Parts: sequence; C-alpha cells; structure tokens
Amino acid sequence: MRLNCPLCGERDRREFYYMGHADYLNRPSEGAAPDAWDAYLHLRDNPAGLTRDLWFHEMGCSAWLVVERNTVTHEILSTTLATDVKEAGE
Amino acid sequence: MRYSGLRVIQQGLTGNRGWKPVWRSPEPKPEYDIIIIGGGGHGLSTAFYLAKNHGLKNIAVLEKGYLGGGNVGRNTTIVRANYFLQGNSEFYSHSLKLWEGLEDELNYNIMHSQRGLINLFHSDGQRDAFVRRGNAMINQGDDAILLDREGVRAHLPYLDYEQTRFPIYGGLYHPRGGTARHDAVAWGYARGADARGVDLIQQCEVTGIDVQNGKVTGVQTTRGAIRAKKVAMITAGRSGQVAAMAGLRLPVESHVLQAFVTEGLKPVIDHVVSFGMGHFYISQSDKGGLVFGGDLDFHASYAQRGNLPMAEHVMEAGMTLMPMIGRAKVLRSWGGIMDMTPDGSPIIDKTPIEGLFIDCGWNYGGFKAVPASGWAMAHLMATGQPHETAAKFRLNRFATGHLLDEEGTGSQHNLH
Repeated sequence: MRLNCPLCGERDRREFYYMGHADYLNRPSEGAAPDAWDAYLHLRDNPAGLTRDLWFHEMGCSAWLVVERNTVTHEILSTTLATDVKEAGE
Repeated sequence: MRYSGLRVIQQGLTGNRGWKPVWRSPEPKPEYDIIIIGGGGHGLSTAFYLAKNHGLKNIAVLEKGYLGGGNVGRNTTIVRANYFLQGNSEFYSHSLKLWEGLEDELNYNIMHSQRGLINLFHSDGQRDAFVRRGNAMINQGDDAILLDREGVRAHLPYLDYEQTRFPIYGGLYHPRGGTARHDAVAWGYARGADARGVDLIQQCEVTGIDVQNGKVTGVQTTRGAIRAKKVAMITAGRSGQVAAMAGLRLPVESHVLQAFVTEGLKPVIDHVVSFGMGHFYISQSDKGGLVFGGDLDFHASYAQRGNLPMAEHVMEAGMTLMPMIGRAKVLRSWGGIMDMTPDGSPIIDKTPIEGLFIDCGWNYGGFKAVPASGWAMAHLMATGQPHETAAKFRLNRFATGHLLDEEGTGSQHNLH
C-alpha cells in the first residue's frame, strides 16, 4: 500500500502511522454530554468499503492526512491535509 | 452415531461405507424461539450450550456461507488462560477448563494438545510484569512457572540467546496452554448442537433484523423471513454490518491480522512460543507446518489478506528469535478480520433492543474463548442474567469507563 502525501508525493505505507477514523476530527465541544464523548472515542460505523481515516506522516513531513480509501480492496482514493479538511469544515 | 476407536476399526475393515453426514441440512422453519446469526465457533457453541445446559429446543443457527468458514478456520489455534485482569482472568480460566473436557463432552477429536506456552521476556521490568501476571494466574487457580534464562534454554535450546537487540532474560511458562484443531472445534459443536435438535441452516444470509416497539421480532434472510422471540448476533469480523441492521453502532473497528504456515517439517518446536518484543509467536501443527504470526497491519481493513510490510516484519522477528527456521519454505499466508474494541476485551451482552443479544469484539483472542463464550452467551440468553465469568463484558462499559484494558495501551481500537 502506498499513500500519496500532498507534500511529499507517493510514499510507502511504512512511513505512516494510522490513528483511526476521521471521526477523531470531530472533537466534541467542552461541556458536551458524555454520550457525545463516547461516540467520539469509541463508536464507529466501521464500513466495509469506502472509509475516511487519519494518518500521520511520521517518517516524512509530519503532516496529518485524511485518507479516503476502500477497506475491502485497500485502494487509496484521495489524500488531503487534515488542516485543509478542518478549515474547509469551519 | 457415537465415535470410538472400535468404530474406526470396524469401518476401516468394511470399506468406510457406514459413515453418515454428521448434521442435517434442514429448511428454515417460519418461526423459532431463538435465532443465532453466525455459524462460527461462538455461534455453534452458544447453540450447543443453549440446548445442553438449558434444555432449550427450537433454535436455529443462520450462516451466510458454510459452518466454520470464518475466523474459526482462520486463526493460529492457540488455547491459553494467562490473563491478568479480573473480568478476563476468570473467563479464560473457565474456558480452559471447558477445553480440557471438550473431547469427552462432544465425543469428537478436536486434537487439543496441552504442549505448554512460553512467553519470553527481555528486561528486568518485563520480568516483574510477568511475575505479577503469573501470580494472578496462580491466584485464579491456573498454572504459571517463572523460568530464568537457563530454564528457558532447557525447553527451547534452539533460540538465539546471543542476540543483542532483545536478550532473553527468561519466560513465563504456562504448561496447560497449547493448541487445538480449529475446524474440528466448529464441527464438533455443530454435530453436538444438531444432535440436540438445533437447525443449522447454511447459505442463509441475514439481510435485515425486524424490530417493533423496541423489541426484536425476527430476521429477514436470503431464504425468507423468519420470526423469533430472541436473536443473537455472533458475527465477529462482520459485527458492525449486522448490528447496523438493528440501528446499532458498536465500539468496534475491523482490522486484519496475518498468519503464515510453512511446509511440513519433522517435529522441531514442541511448545507455543511467543516473542512479544518482536511481535512474533509460533507453534508447530500436528501435520508439521510451522504456524506463526505477529501483529495487526494496524489500519482498518476487511480484506482477508494482509500487506507485505507486516509479512516482512514477522519474518524478521522470527529470524531474530530462532534462526533455525530460516530455511523452511512458507507455503501460504492469510488474514483474518478482527473486531477490535477500544480496550482489547470482548462484549457479551444484551443490546438496548429487547430480545436482541450480541457477542462480539473478540480482538485476536476469539479462538480460545469459543467454549466459555458459548457457555456465557447461552446463560445470558436463557436466564436474562450475565454469567458470573463474563459479567464485565458489557456493551456500555466504554461509556461508563469500566474498561478492561489488559495490555494497558489506551483507548484506541488498533492498539491492543
């Protein structure tokens, strides 16, 4: 598996650390109900097919990426800087 | 038909013409008291114990493929009870006791071999942690022996004791640990359940779960609708998709775990050996193949195959620990899909929907749990109360903070 880092280009999977679903970008606000924290930390749609998850280019540029990919075929569809995703959402 | 040595000889002398299929292939009935979704190890053992321990009839197991075609046939067959935390410890202890009586119970040869398990340690700190774990195992009534370096050498003379990266300080020896024949466990439970009247329905995929007024009423399948008073979802590897049919979201992320087997060799490895620092463990099957594996590929996946980086890592770890295996040829590798929970422990519980139960989240420890999981799930479904050995495997423990983080690695699905 190779991920196309927007800053470094196509790199081997071994350069990246996987954190989990891009749900981790949607941190509940301070004072949110416990259920919101439970959903944020633990509950997952866990799709068999298209997913979006967070990867860290640990042995490269140290950027956090949002990767769209297929969990059944391991196909990578797109990679975006997490900061760009965050800013677009705000 | 009862199996015995005498029957094998009789059949052998008469051309093996007397063997019968060991379970029926019934058509699904329109209604059952209990439906179990998933004909793997856990689903079949649940059906068996519902019938045997609780005298229940009118049970169906629905399997979308063939019996035992999922993770129960895709693992490395290790059976052990070396857990530390209360909540896990009593459960796996119970499971190992059930394993020890299982061949008599099922009248089926599951090739359970208590060849001993040795977990290696490589530092003073790791030794202290293993001393503590060993004491917890002894307190639970199981067996644990602390071996120093020479003690390990007496059992495993073939390890590389001169390596500088992870020098071997000793090991925690669990003599009752070992392996079993994985397919036979599924077949043995299937045969036992069928003999007690359970309908095992293969090629029957559940496509919907019917819920009315917060209560389960049945399932939709590729072979028609089937009504039921109670439904159990026992589909580790696909738990999320099945639970989504009932509108539930689970604390589970699916990951792929690879395993490898070599060509058949004469006996060289007598124990199950685990090398935690290098992420490698190994045993030798009765057929002679070296069966070994390592860690997750560490990203969410439903592909039943892994990536090359982890394959390379596992081979490197094996060569570091036991260079003698370097000339064995790897025959094949495969991947199993693991339900990873945020604390690395499983779930056996009711759901918020009345009559709907769930058994999932086995991470990569599901095989050894097959007997106790079925036992506890059957108890829960028959009595409405959690079994005493599985009382902490609650679905809502993540929300309430009652985690069972055996490895102490934190609340992230791929860290266990």
